[in-house]
Amino acid sequence: MARITMREAISQAMWEEMERDPNVFILGEEVGVWGGSYAVTKGFYDHFGGERVRDTPIAEASIVGAAIGAAMTGLRPIAELMTINFAFAAMDHIVNEAAKLHYMFGGQFMLPLVIRAVTGGGRQLGATHSQTPDAVFAHFPGLKVVSPGTPEDAKGLLKAAIRSNDPVLFLEHATLYQLRGEVPDGDYVIPIGKSKVQRPGKNATIVTYSKGLEISLKAADELAKEGIEVEVVDLRSLRPLDMDPVIESFKKTNRAVVVEEGWKSFGVGSEITSRIYEQAFDFVDAPVRRVAQKEVPLPYNRTLEQSALPQVSDVIAAVKEVL
Amino acid sequence: MDKQRALDLYYQMVLIRRLEERGAELYQAGKIGGFMHLYIGQEAVSTGLIAARQPQDRVITAYRDHGVAINCGIPPTQVMAELLGKVTGTSKGRGGSMHMADVTKNFWGGHAIVGAHLPLAAGLALGDKYAGRDAVTICMFGEGATNIGFFHEALNLSKVWNLPVLWVCENNHYGMGTAVERASAVSDIEQKAEGYGIPHGCADGMNVMSVYEAARQAIEKVRAGNGPYLLDVATYRFRGHSMGDPERYRKQEEVKRWEEQDPIGNYRAYLTDQEKIDAKTLDEMDERASADVQKAVAFAEASPEPALESLFDDIYAEEV
Repeated sequence: MARITMREAISQAMWEEMERDPNVFILGEEVGVWGGSYAVTKGFYDHFGGERVRDTPIAEASIVGAAIGAAMTGLRPIAELMTINFAFAAMDHIVNEAAKLHYMFGGQFMLPLVIRAVTGGGRQLGATHSQTPDAVFAHFPGLKVVSPGTPEDAKGLLKAAIRSNDPVLFLEHATLYQLRGEVPDGDYVIPIGKSKVQRPGKNATIVTYSKGLEISLKAADELAKEGIEVEVVDLRSLRPLDMDPVIESFKKTNRAVVVEEGWKSFGVGSEITSRIYEQAFDFVDAPVRRVAQKEVPLPYNRTLEQSALPQVSDVIAAVKEVL
Repeated sequence: MDKQRALDLYYQMVLIRRLEERGAELYQAGKIGGFMHLYIGQEAVSTGLIAARQPQDRVITAYRDHGVAINCGIPPTQVMAELLGKVTGTSKGRGGSMHMADVTKNFWGGHAIVGAHLPLAAGLALGDKYAGRDAVTICMFGEGATNIGFFHEALNLSKVWNLPVLWVCENNHYGMGTAVERASAVSDIEQKAEGYGIPHGCADGMNVMSVYEAARQAIEKVRAGNGPYLLDVATYRFRGHSMGDPERYRKQEEVKRWEEQDPIGNYRAYLTDQEKIDAKTLDEMDERASADVQKAVAFAEASPEPALESLFDDIYAEEV
């Protein structure tokens, strides 16, 4: 076991997969000579060369579109979008092409494609660069949406995404790149579509993923000091969505809080809450609570921005409400 | 081109015309649903173009795709079955008129979002270049697609990466009902290629031999590693944009003028006058095309509907 950062985990996953399979290549804005706008592909260009680490114009539709076309020929492209906010310029290709082509042509086209993008707020980038629109993408059948909350999951899930024969949107939270964690040695893959209990507990269930996992685990530590043991279930992927560990946990605790960074309306919390009510209504002892971003475009000012984002204290308060 | 091949092209064009005429009747009868865009008048474009490709060359097009499918070698039975939404169709009844494909015939689809398949074409060509394959991607689109950003991103990328793509503007002069002059600041499409430093040429889309010859030369240039090339092919659709078109945007005289340039009539005259093919041979081909369309309709009507249990098949390639 090595203790590495999320950034290193993601970088290692790509490096190892590129060494393993010559069909894997990277394209995107500043992935090559620059070394990645978040330094995730640092050193790749020198090692793998410009054919496999391709700098693109700042033109997201053609980045994703070309990745789709290349995937249709049997390659395994990893398209990097500098941030998920820029994915809106490629929305047609993500939604109307990547998510549809396999089905719409009767299964003829294969799309072994990964779209990596940085998601999330909290870095004073203003409203257009700070969104967490993960749930938007999870709306579409045909797409897989993965968003890890630990280095171990990031590496194993990204490897699974690269080896997957389906299009995967891989969302990396901007403020988790420095997060450290234990990662198994050698080659390992974590299957996409399996939720995981990241911390066992018995008094309440927190359902979360990505950045929400970090603040939920901190909240769990605080609550433990007061003798409240929460179980934290990490979704890890929004589509496919694995509810089994969530329902199993809820049937034990009968109380749940869903924590996400995106806006509350029509979000991950709405979906999870509905499913809990649909699948485990008889086990409900308190209304499920949702912790999410306040319904406002994120402002630049640090204090204002933080006040709109979910905090550890919000999670603690929500857990106490359901107890 | 040898005589037999020249005759094959005639048959292809007549087959497409007859198939679509029958398709229009079936649409009116309610047997075909959704949007259907007829290729009638434009047959020479994909017929000449695809005759010039090698088997390893990929073809990708927009939603006016029935003729392209036939020219790529998809049997009329499968095209008709897809129109009727049957499981024996090109896309198992999932795609319909606008979404036909057959990867075994190197036909990478009819795509129905205007211009969205152009970046895909760049990617197909990138795949071949990456793998060192000697293939050209032939990407067809209407002149209406040259106003959307996808066109510009794709042309730019193809030039920056020197990709083996032949961009073919199937220029029927109207994006739905809006004339090219009313929609494009620069209505000469070749100038748009010029803007990206992409070499370009043109062809008479009502003359299959003109398209064939221009395509042959263009494909040769692209295959030689010179990067992308754009061909602007002037043509005209005799029918409406789709089946529900009030046609308020053009005058009957204009349609008539173009109909006098009917690509099938043009080519028949060429074969008779230049190639000395007798009328009987051509009449027999006309009859064969009609008979093949009859067979296609019979096949499609007799084919089963997709099973209800198949609704969720192929959302993903892998089990989830």
